[in-house]
Amino acid sequence: MQIQDFEKIFQGKIDTEVKIEPKDWMPDAYRKTNIRQISQHAHSEVVGMLPEGNWISRAPSLKRKAILLAKVQDEAGHGLYLYSAAETLGMSRDEMIEQLLTGKAKYSSIFNYPTLTWADMGAVGWLVDGAAILNQVMLCRTSYGPYARAMVRICKEESFHQRQGFEILLVLSKGTPEQKAMCQDAINRWWWPSLMMFGPKDTESTNSDQSMKWKIKRKTNDELRQQFVDMVVGQIKVLGMTLPDADLKWNEDRNHYDFGEIDWNEFWAVVKGNGPCNKERLDARNQAHVEGAWVREAAMAYAEKKAKKLEMKVA
Amino acid sequence: MNNLIIKQYYGDYGEIETGAASTISTETAWHLWEVFIRSKQGLDHKHAGSLHAADAQMAIENARDVYTRRMEGVSIWVVESKHITASNPDEAGELYEPAIDKVYRHPTFYDLPDEVGHM
Ligand SMILES: [Fe+2]
Ligand SMILES: [Fe+2]
Repeated sequence: MQIQDFEKIFQGKIDTEVKIEPKDWMPDAYRKTNIRQISQHAHSEVVGMLPEGNWISRAPSLKRKAILLAKVQDEAGHGLYLYSAAETLGMSRDEMIEQLLTGKAKYSSIFNYPTLTWADMGAVGWLVDGAAILNQVMLCRTSYGPYARAMVRICKEESFHQRQGFEILLVLSKGTPEQKAMCQDAINRWWWPSLMMFGPKDTESTNSDQSMKWKIKRKTNDELRQQFVDMVVGQIKVLGMTLPDADLKWNEDRNHYDFGEIDWNEFWAVVKGNGPCNKERLDARNQAHVEGAWVREAAMAYAEKKAKKLEMKVA
Repeated sequence: MNNLIIKQYYGDYGEIETGAASTISTETAWHLWEVFIRSKQGLDHKHAGSLHAADAQMAIENARDVYTRRMEGVSIWVVESKHITASNPDEAGELYEPAIDKVYRHPTFYDLPDEVGHM
């Protein structure tokens, strides 16, 4: 068979909603795009633990501490599901970790913003996890089987993340004037970065959308962003808070909310490494990796010793 | 082909222009394991995913932490991935061909009068 025949069979599967599995033939660019996207997604889950980990020791009650711990532990699990999915495409875990630690691979820019108050734990859960969920629900139907299955597992765990975040804000919104102000302040700071999570505008692209054709993605950035805005505008009313956007209003013709322009200079600055916490996050990951080295080595040495003992017993 | 996918979607953060030279040793040599979970007594173990671990005991413990945090399992199997032999999808045609023309193996192949009732 010729390469064109393979490509035809491959695209035929995509078009008829047959999942692509690790041992199936796939175009090189499909493999590369998936490796890049899945590993970056994994890095985002892992780095995403840092802004929240920052508050575990300072959570206002034992209950909140337990919840936050559980959430952060979930994110570690999400990272692992995704690294495993990416590994099926032929890149080793070590190589992916190295790309993260050297700054060669990126992760979601949202985690380069600082978490300044307890209310940020609410805003992150509600808005950041909320934005991530919309994307991840879509990815449950992505064309690469292992990625789709990882997403199904992740989506099952995510909804508690968003709900606990909203509940944190709900409690604050009914509290003292200071607590209410803290709630509003966190929403103000996280709103625009959350909108930026969906990436550049659709019109920014002059290239054909291969990711859509391959059904790696099934909705455009702008579609997902609009879905997010419509969802949040309804929910913020329950909090009695406001979103920091004067242009936000219902559009009868579009049947959607209009919203203001994102600060794209800020977006690109953070993507390029100049956000408030880019360096801090990468340093923290590197430090954790170096400090954990002896644990990994000791575990391996112990396993080898045990295996040897067993061998001797058998012999 | 490559320049077709420059557009960054959510979850795709683009390529970094200048990657720092690698100075970090990340080699751990931990093995890859496949995890199978029995969700309820009486059901089969089902493939749940994979993970890295130094040995079988650690693989079980990691599997518990990663795949059963919400009581998804009552029993865990782990097996090193290298011990699994998989059929080749390219040979699926020949491999399953013998089953294709044997429709008489299905109960629906037999036309029986309604009077027989449920059989
Ligand atoms: Fe997550
Ligand atoms: Fe989450």
